[in-house]
Amino acid sequence: MAKPADLHFFIDPNRCIGCQACVQACSECDTHRGESMIHLEFVDRAQSTQTVPVVCMHCEQPTCAEVCPADAIKRTADGIVQSARKPRCIACGNCVLACPFGVPEVYEDRQIMMKCDMCYDRSSVGKKPMCATVCPSQALFFGTLEQIEQLRPMSMPVNRFRFGGQTIATRVAMMMPRDPIGRRPLVDVTDAMLERPRQRAIRLTPASADPFAEVQV
Amino acid sequence: MTRDGESRTPIDARIDTPGREGLTGTAPASVYRPLRDPEQVTTAPDGRPMEGQPAWRTDFPIDWPQDAYVERREFMKFMVLTSGAFALGQLWIAGQNWWRRRHGQPEQMRIASLDDIAVGETRTFAYPTEHDPCVLIRPAADVLLAYNQKCTHLSCAVIPRVADGVIRCPCHEGLFDLSSGRPLAGPPRRPLIRITLRLQGRDIYATGVEERTT
Repeated sequence: MAKPADLHFFIDPNRCIGCQACVQACSECDTHRGESMIHLEFVDRAQSTQTVPVVCMHCEQPTCAEVCPADAIKRTADGIVQSARKPRCIACGNCVLACPFGVPEVYEDRQIMMKCDMCYDRSSVGKKPMCATVCPSQALFFGTLEQIEQLRPMSMPVNRFRFGGQTIATRVAMMMPRDPIGRRPLVDVTDAMLERPRQRAIRLTPASADPFAEVQV
Repeated sequence: MTRDGESRTPIDARIDTPGREGLTGTAPASVYRPLRDPEQVTTAPDGRPMEGQPAWRTDFPIDWPQDAYVERREFMKFMVLTSGAFALGQLWIAGQNWWRRRHGQPEQMRIASLDDIAVGETRTFAYPTEHDPCVLIRPAADVLLAYNQKCTHLSCAVIPRVADGVIRCPCHEGLFDLSSGRPLAGPPRRPLIRITLRLQGRDIYATGVEERTT
């Protein structure tokens, strides 16, 4: 079985309220008992309470797999970068250093790297990943492109990220404010790190009809 | 039959038709063109085709289909080497048997006197070398038995229980029959190595080692 090709994972960090529901739901899973594969990061702990959920972005050219000396990180044909293969992983931590998103973690006590695999046991049979099912604000969304366009008319999914000289295309998309000029959407991460937050007025347009009417949760 | 599944178009018989330049048959040129492996889904970070990539990228593929792919030559190599190893193992066993038969039984050795061992008692000795611990058992006045003390499972020292008529291995609760040495219960599958005995006057001699498989 493979993940249905029309279902995608969307992260909308604007909507994250830091409730940790995703972390709790993830750590209850039996495939990585007691450990959460999703990390809830604070953007700027001193200045803001804003949090960002971090799941594996499932890169088109996974840097973690590129640097793995033990050939332990593999990607299935549906584009899901799987967690380390147990018999091969030597817990060297190369992937931890290499991943630009900071997703993999090495568990020293059991000598293995474990990372988010988009709940492959669930998503491969067409179910939503656990974090996306429990997220109360739908900051983590798993569904079709049409669904997300209908739900977030003000945002657009972006799946290209630039880290200095490295541009990464990912399967998981981030929801960004829709660009009025219509430039090629790309997140320059290293550039954005130096950017000061601007004072912005947020325009909230009340929805005419119930936008969740069509959505299966 | 085209390899990439595209439907065959009617072929123009003229030789210089676009698509079949230089071909004399009726097959379109795309049949002979090297095609992209349908399972080759990896794109290198620099975006160039896999032919231009360093060899390690094909040796350590990122994608599961290529990782699980076994080449015909690789499979044949595995089969030949594995069956060769099995054949060599059989030869080794045959050689060992021949060597053992050629050497015959070890020299006989006086191990005890009949006066040393009372009825229902046991006594340990080493035969044929000092690294082969054995046990001498006298379950009845006219019966003498001797076995190598190594359990045939994992070489723990077995303990005779003369009253129960068994020899017990405490490691994994293996049980052997006292009179024959055959396994009764537990993990051991082979009988204990029996030491053949000879009584000469009041002296007990060990005369040989009897290794059995059943």
